[in-house]
Amino acid sequence: MHELGLMQSVLAAVEESATAAGATRVLEVRICVGEMTEAVVEALEFAFEALSSGTLCEGAKLEASYIKPHSRCRVCGNEYDHDRYHISCPACGSFNVELLAGRDLYIDSIEVELPGDEPVAPTSQGESD
Amino acid sequence: MHIDLAKPILEKNDRTAARNRQLFDEKGVFVVDLMASPGSGKTSTILATIQALRDRYRIAVIEGDIASDVDARKIKAHGIPAVQVNTGGACHLESEMIARAVSVLDLDQLDLIILENVGNLVCPTDFYLGEHAKVMILSVPEGHDKPHKYPGVFQVSQAIILNKIDTMPVFDFDQDAFTASVKQLNPAAPIFPMSATKGEGVEPWAQWLAERIDALKAQQAGER
Repeated sequence: MHELGLMQSVLAAVEESATAAGATRVLEVRICVGEMTEAVVEALEFAFEALSSGTLCEGAKLEASYIKPHSRCRVCGNEYDHDRYHISCPACGSFNVELLAGRDLYIDSIEVELPGDEPVAPTSQGESD
Repeated sequence: MHIDLAKPILEKNDRTAARNRQLFDEKGVFVVDLMASPGSGKTSTILATIQALRDRYRIAVIEGDIASDVDARKIKAHGIPAVQVNTGGACHLESEMIARAVSVLDLDQLDLIILENVGNLVCPTDFYLGEHAKVMILSVPEGHDKPHKYPGVFQVSQAIILNKIDTMPVFDFDQDAFTASVKQLNPAAPIFPMSATKGEGVEPWAQWLAERIDALKAQQAGER
């Protein structure tokens, strides 16, 4: 799908929240991508790097986690994980199922640096807590 | 500092789409988003649909293309209002483009708007435009294995048109295998085998659409 456009929306939202919090820098952006969407994480990462240069997000880490498809069977009530291609209920075989998760596409949270914070190297993982 | 956002990435698109939908519902105009590959016969299918339904309903078409107004001119030549949206390189329609295109149409004089999305089986899938139904076309020459390669578009579609069935003898298209894999991905969606240019198989599809247009009209009348 259109990863560059998606990442523009992500960066705009992140910049807005970070600025509102008075942050001087964004250290990490965590996004969640449902496996049933057509978004590709590698393309998102590329877009993030390309678009973040010169913004508060420059040098920040993009952490993308895939969300496994999860459905409920409307016939027998069974809830189960599945892959992109097989959505039928493994218990009773019904196709009358409701997708509960897997089409998600959202920004989960961000880590930002505030003016008084101990500076953290952009690539550092080490927040001692 | 940690900030929880829990913010949908497509929030802006979805908000505008919801506004589009509200407008369509208020005006009782049924909107269908037609998705397919380039060359699968989207415009021919639209023309066949217009032919089948124009005596009963007032129809307009919004044509999405990266460039040119070739398709819009084809539709207008049949006396049907058509708005061309040039996405300027973007591989799908977004809700804001639809909002702008709709603003030049007189919705009080319409029952059905057909959106012809940009030829692409991937990008349009995740973009809600405010339509009542997404429908996809697969044409026989593309092959019966497409549901495995592009599951997303088969899953979001409420109906699937199998076009160019007149070419079936020439291509190695296994219709049973196609039907089985569509059922795996989207058991509720009907499949309409069709030859848009020959006018074959158009009626069941037109009937499916007509039922939905009528249902929206009835719902709108009930709310008045």
